[in-house]
Amino acid sequence: MPFTDKEMEVQIGHMLRIGVTLAAVVVGAGGVLYLRSETAAPDFVHFHATADHLRTVSGVLHGVQRLDPASIIQLGVLLLVATPVVRVMLCVIGFARQRDRLYVGVSALVLLILTYSLL
Amino acid sequence: MDALSFSGLVPFSGLVLGTSILAGLLGALTGLGGGVVIVPALVLLFKVDIRYAIGASLVSVIATSSGAAAAYVREGLSNIRIGMFLEVATTLGALLGAYLTAKVSSHWIAMIFGVALLYSAYSSFRQKGDHVTAGKPDPLAVKLKLEGNYPASSGEQHYTAQHVPLGFGIMFGAGALSGLLGIGSGAVKVLAMDQAMKLPFKVSTTTSNFMIGVTAAASAGIYLARGYIDPALAMPVMLGVLLGSMIGSRLLLKAQVATLKIIFVVVIVALGIEMIFNGATGRI
Repeated sequence: MPFTDKEMEVQIGHMLRIGVTLAAVVVGAGGVLYLRSETAAPDFVHFHATADHLRTVSGVLHGVQRLDPASIIQLGVLLLVATPVVRVMLCVIGFARQRDRLYVGVSALVLLILTYSLL
Repeated sequence: MDALSFSGLVPFSGLVLGTSILAGLLGALTGLGGGVVIVPALVLLFKVDIRYAIGASLVSVIATSSGAAAAYVREGLSNIRIGMFLEVATTLGALLGAYLTAKVSSHWIAMIFGVALLYSAYSSFRQKGDHVTAGKPDPLAVKLKLEGNYPASSGEQHYTAQHVPLGFGIMFGAGALSGLLGIGSGAVKVLAMDQAMKLPFKVSTTTSNFMIGVTAAASAGIYLARGYIDPALAMPVMLGVLLGSMIGSRLLLKAQVATLKIIFVVVIVALGIEMIFNGATGRI
């Protein structure tokens, strides 16, 4: 039984929806905590870049351990950014199951570009 | 326009959430995506710095693309090989675009954004005919398996991509715009597939929707590292746009939205002109 493109897409579609739901729940939970812990709206009129610990994966994970609300929201953002990356990974596996070497290569190249941008 | 000013976090977040729901709704009904509306709304109404606005918008773009994927898969029209091949171009373009946001002044970003808005508005009224005249298939397309079948009124129709290098080049531009402006640039992606590569219109739009998330993910890491993604802004924007686009896609199935669409396109044109004006006069 060959693994069709359609089956591959259906699997990926489900995974993406689960990923987005999870990310939205984490962002929402972090948001509620954030609204309860802060009172003043931050200054967005002038750009000064977010705090250092919100700009790296390790910083965000440390913040989550401290139950820092902003870090929890940022974890949700990271989960969300991960969904398309996982999608490309699933394509690499899917094309490998179809023994489509050319497209294993193409999707691996996209994965490489994404990994480069995220590191 | 005067800046809406807030001292409290809750009213600020609430108003951003409401605006984002509207942006998501508008994006879904026009088929342009929420990002193209939320950035000018944040910049013009809330006077948010454009870098924070595009950071928050990019997050919402990934959410809507990934969230809608299951629905597009059900239609069975997107082409994963064509999508994956062209994602090589869009992700590379997105890297360039995200790199450029730090180099280009915000006046220019605002003006380029305005032009992108005007083009998007125009494209939403373009003729949506399919290219039945199968020209000579590009030998490159055959080699790269850029082909497929789609259900046409006359039965199953086969298609093969044409002008692959041109399509690839336009996709690189679409990626760069996405990275520079924090939008999905679906209109340019559809242009590359529908106009340049002569793919059926429905195949182009569904494949484009699938590609938007991957393209946006390529600039998200760079935005995050530069501190453009602020959780306090990203939270209401992401949740609002996601909610708005879910409501919008339900409405699309139920109601005739032609009149609504014209109103929304007028709004988009107005926002585009305002962005160009504010950018050119140095207000953004």
